[in-house]
Amino acid sequence: MIRPFRLMLVLATAPLVLGACHKKKPVVAPAPVAPATAPEPTPTRTPPTTSATPVDTMAAMNAAIAEARAKLLETIYFEYDADALRDDARATLDSKLPLLNLNASLRVRISGHCDERGSDEYNIALGRRRAETAKKYLTDRGIDPSRIETASFGRERPAVQGESEEAWSKNRRDEFEIVAGGDRLRAK
Amino acid sequence: MMRAGAAALFGILPLVLLQAQDQSGVRLGLTYRPGFRPALLVLPIRGTMGDSLTTILARDFDFSDRFTVVPSSAAADMNGPPNYPMFAKLGVDGIVQATLLPSGWLRVVLLDVGKKAVTNQRDFPLPNPAGTPSWRLAVHGVSDTVEEWILSQRGVAQTQIAFERDHRIWVVDSDGANARPVTPAGLSVAWAPSGRALVYNVNNGRDPLLVTELATGAQRTLTSPSTAQDGTPAVSPDGRTVAFSRVSDVGADLFSIPFGGGTATRITVGRGSASTQPSFSPDGQRIVFASDRSGHNEVYICDLDGTNVEQLTDGVFGDRNYRAGPDWSPNGQMVAFESLNGGTFQVMTVNVRDKTTRAVATEGRNGDPSWAPDSRHLVLTSNRGSGVRQLWIVDIESGRARQLTRGASARLSSWSPRLAIP
Repeated sequence: MIRPFRLMLVLATAPLVLGACHKKKPVVAPAPVAPATAPEPTPTRTPPTTSATPVDTMAAMNAAIAEARAKLLETIYFEYDADALRDDARATLDSKLPLLNLNASLRVRISGHCDERGSDEYNIALGRRRAETAKKYLTDRGIDPSRIETASFGRERPAVQGESEEAWSKNRRDEFEIVAGGDRLRAK
Repeated sequence: MMRAGAAALFGILPLVLLQAQDQSGVRLGLTYRPGFRPALLVLPIRGTMGDSLTTILARDFDFSDRFTVVPSSAAADMNGPPNYPMFAKLGVDGIVQATLLPSGWLRVVLLDVGKKAVTNQRDFPLPNPAGTPSWRLAVHGVSDTVEEWILSQRGVAQTQIAFERDHRIWVVDSDGANARPVTPAGLSVAWAPSGRALVYNVNNGRDPLLVTELATGAQRTLTSPSTAQDGTPAVSPDGRTVAFSRVSDVGADLFSIPFGGGTATRITVGRGSASTQPSFSPDGQRIVFASDRSGHNEVYICDLDGTNVEQLTDGVFGDRNYRAGPDWSPNGQMVAFESLNGGTFQVMTVNVRDKTTRAVATEGRNGDPSWAPDSRHLVLTSNRGSGVRQLWIVDIESGRARQLTRGASARLSSWSPRLAIP
């Protein structure tokens, strides 16, 4: 049986070992045991890192990156037969600006879409207008135009099938894609 | 009523038709008069594919909307000289008697019941084997010729319609047979006047214009815009020029390019508005197109260089009405277009000279009209009946509408010129 002093020594050094290896899988006694029975560290010392904490840091960072990507890809919607930006569309575009500024190599494509009403061929032109309107909002606020491509798919690629205002409203949209520079997104 | 008028075309001539006959009594070509339809009987044709031959010919005469087709069962085989009085009693004005010759050619005889005589006869070569698409095309040429014998105007059975289905370009015969895809992708399509090639675009975001040769399937790129998107092509009547709409960051404008390729030349300057869907006048000097420069789509005409713009339609403003998708009739007199008016999607015609309009398709939702070479039939998209968009053919004189395509939805059609046997 390990004497209490040695036990204390082993347990006291455990966090140091763990702290140095936060990128690797920790090889220690079961985590719940160690912090519970170890002597209390001095208050100024950082809490002992356990096998759970390194994963938390990564998770938080990944979550931030995922949120940034989602903001960049977030769709904006339009009123019938219109290409003017709604207030909610402006807010969504505003949230893309800092991310575009933070990631200078990022290039995006904005694709304009329409609902299934009206002339199918005219809808190509209308969808393009919707894409250009969003692009102009961003370039007016400092984004280099060469970083933003635009295209229109008219009514050819609906997000939602159906002949209801609910379906139509979900098809009148601009979609955003990252075409380059999206591998290592910086969230802040 | 019909009998008297129809008989007139074949023998007994009322006063009004005397203009069709010169002083010596020799029959001249007869002009079709609306409301009078000769009654035609196609005698059953014997031999390989004889039933199909009979059916195709009879159906072509029916689809022409210029004849009443007497069912073949009304008369048994004709052996020996025709029993004209019997046919006259049946209400028949003309008999089409076709015989498959040992050589494979089809001998066609047209008999005039009123005159009790043969009026026309010709042998037609038919491709071998029977039943193939080119065989069907040749049979359509037979019915078009018979129509020309009777009415002095060739029929339009020997034509095809190109259209979009499942994001590809398809082609179907004028009687609805033989629908098949002809390109791997595509949206808007136009025929070359030779009938041998199609110009079309692909909506992939950098929409190019492509040309495909129907006989071989060979394709070439006509335009490959770097940031714009090209579409709604139209070929000039002399086959030399393609007009199209180029959609870009500054709106959409009409451009033209030589059919063989080259530099695109701007036609319209829209200053941010959208000009789309050009169609040439039959003399090739003017272009009709749709433009939203007024705030909503209307139909306009301009010269080939974009000058002398004239507004052709002037509908009710408000409630998001519009007029678009124009097509100039081959005889130059009318432009067909689609119109949203008070919630109704219609196809209409406008007289180019006096701008009077007329609705020609109002049931269900209708659009994308394209003229047949006879300036009388239109193919258009309609969702009447099934609720699914299909191609329908409308005769603007009688108002008769027949469904051309079935199955998967079809739209954005274009009627070919009269086709020669390849």
